[in-house]
Amino acid sequence: MLIKDMPQPAIVVEDLGKRYVIGRQKQAPDGMRHIIEGALRSPVAWLKSRRDARRREVDFWALRNVSLTVQQGEVVGIIGRNGAGKSTLLKLLSRITVPTEGRFRIEGRTSSLLEVGTGFHQELTGRENIFLNGAILGMTRSEITKKFDQIVEFSEIEEFLDTPVKRYSSGMYIRLAFAVAAHLEPEVLIVDEVLAVGDAAFQKKCLGKMENLARGGRTVLFVSHNMEAVRMLCQRAILFDGGRIRADGDVENVVEDYFSRLSTFSARQFGNSGLVIEKVALKNDAGQETRQFCPGEDLIVEIQFDAQKILEKPYFILVVQGKRGNCFTANMQLDGHRPEFLNGKGRISCRFKSIPLLPQRFTVQLAMKASNGKDVLVDYENVGSFTVTADLADYGFRGEFQTRISEATSVVVPYEWQLPDGSSAIVSLGAPVPTV
Amino acid sequence: MSEIYIEAGHTEGQYWRDLWNYRELFYFLSWRDLLVRYKQTVVGVSWSFIRPLLTMLVLTVVFGKLGKMPSGGTPYPLLVLCGMLPWNFFSLAISDSGNSLVMNSSLVSKIYFPRLIMAVSSVIVSFVDFAISALFMVGLMIWYRFAPPMSVLTLPFFILLAIAASVGIGLWIAALMVKYRDFRFIVPFIVQFGLYLSPVGFQSGVVPERFRLLYSLNPMVGIIDGFRWSLLGGQNRIYLPSLGISVLEIAVILISGVLYFRRTERTFADVI
Repeated sequence: MLIKDMPQPAIVVEDLGKRYVIGRQKQAPDGMRHIIEGALRSPVAWLKSRRDARRREVDFWALRNVSLTVQQGEVVGIIGRNGAGKSTLLKLLSRITVPTEGRFRIEGRTSSLLEVGTGFHQELTGRENIFLNGAILGMTRSEITKKFDQIVEFSEIEEFLDTPVKRYSSGMYIRLAFAVAAHLEPEVLIVDEVLAVGDAAFQKKCLGKMENLARGGRTVLFVSHNMEAVRMLCQRAILFDGGRIRADGDVENVVEDYFSRLSTFSARQFGNSGLVIEKVALKNDAGQETRQFCPGEDLIVEIQFDAQKILEKPYFILVVQGKRGNCFTANMQLDGHRPEFLNGKGRISCRFKSIPLLPQRFTVQLAMKASNGKDVLVDYENVGSFTVTADLADYGFRGEFQTRISEATSVVVPYEWQLPDGSSAIVSLGAPVPTV
Repeated sequence: MSEIYIEAGHTEGQYWRDLWNYRELFYFLSWRDLLVRYKQTVVGVSWSFIRPLLTMLVLTVVFGKLGKMPSGGTPYPLLVLCGMLPWNFFSLAISDSGNSLVMNSSLVSKIYFPRLIMAVSSVIVSFVDFAISALFMVGLMIWYRFAPPMSVLTLPFFILLAIAASVGIGLWIAALMVKYRDFRFIVPFIVQFGLYLSPVGFQSGVVPERFRLLYSLNPMVGIIDGFRWSLLGGQNRIYLPSLGISVLEIAVILISGVLYFRRTERTFADVI
């Protein structure tokens, strides 16, 4: 294949950075009155105050040193916690704002959908808004006319086409807005968090539409906090944190990385109690630190602390949380055991015996209360996460709907069925059943 | 295949190409504003006639009947309406295009397109009003059996001048408004006082000769005089130094307006 025939990457980003100046608005209102009045009353003081205002400015890099390449037809998930820089990246790539440093190149017609329904006008009818919104998103009139029926069909609002959108339910509104955007058919589509709105059925429909786009060879950048959606849609994901790229690669690994970052605990002091939690480690039966457990294994949570002041009779509380909420807890306010005092460095650990958990992801939370049982020392912090992995067949589970059920439930305590024919069956996640 | 290349600190070369690609948006944004304007009103489009009619009556009574200003033989309502044509267009255009970016801040912060389109499309909307008022003017001329002089052929030039002034000042205000919302208060002020400082309700001839040049610093003086001269002729002479000043001023305002707008446009989304 000749070099000139090789498909060029759809997006190339080099050393991209965006700096915001924050802090000025709070202290010195930048209004005209302030400037004119100040300058007239006392020019010297005014100049000084301007200089001081400059000094008070804080540079904030929302994005820095970001380089990436996206090939044509790739669907890339952009993930990271709030404030990680994802939206800034999309704003730069959509040309809504300009970079402070670096450069990027996008090949092909680009459309971005940073918010569902921007550009809709409340007073206009659905029909009018389809045209208006389409034009704002970059479609020509003839394109909109051509796709009009498809858009209406996708949005399911046929009977309300000539009603002003201000009378629409929020569901109808979102459906129509997404329908217009989804029919742009750009070569590069940039999407931010559109699935955060709407009901489950709508989300499913949107995901389906985006899958279609992807299969049709479009390049898609997809920002979402919904990891299931990212997993479903993307082969590749890029993890942002603190304005930089922290991981880039296969979606499964990067999502894994995201979750562990989300709950990675870094040493910090809590309040003015002088208590520093230095580390929280999750260990298995063998005392090895790990994030992977099997059902029936022991889970040891080990907390290393440094009490810089003597701390009398604190309560420790550990909570293991699954997808659907709390699974179990070890709570000193419940069981009454507690250390006489904490002084200096030390450690405390808790062993959860043979955890009866189905394969899923779990997080561990730590809370601490002062000796009076009320004052909060540590307020339910995520201190670690782990995954339980297992082939349930090894434990004697033979049901056909395992995946679906293990999505909804987390804990299975040992139980025994007594069937009508008098036979009985013991079920337990305690340990793998030896095969005979 | 279209390609975007952006580098920090470099002005985008593709801006004017984008402006062309997004040309239909001029139409759609104006269309939107026109559609929305008279929704949920009882008399609808008639407002476009009622407003100039009432203003004309008031100005005629105040300046013509009570103030007894000279009209040079032209029916006073014609004189007033002829001054109102460019003035109303100008004042509506600068307030609408000045507000256009702030009013559409959600668009500015979420979608890319050349922002120039937004400010200019507001001027287009005001021009539609201008056209309606012009029809009204034609009707009034027929009513008074007033035949326009040959100089009417120069009218397009003065219309262009009014458009240039509106776009230039509109761009300045729109860009400044993004950062300084003070202009939200300044603009109505300009519009209100401008009506009396510009020769809308009277002929600029009533201004004493020695203040004439000073008076001409108001760019609308040249435009309004031009409208009167080309449409009504007769006593409504054109004062050439005044026209020269207007043309020069408008050229400077338009060019600097586009440049200032382009320079600040890059940060609109961060500031708005």
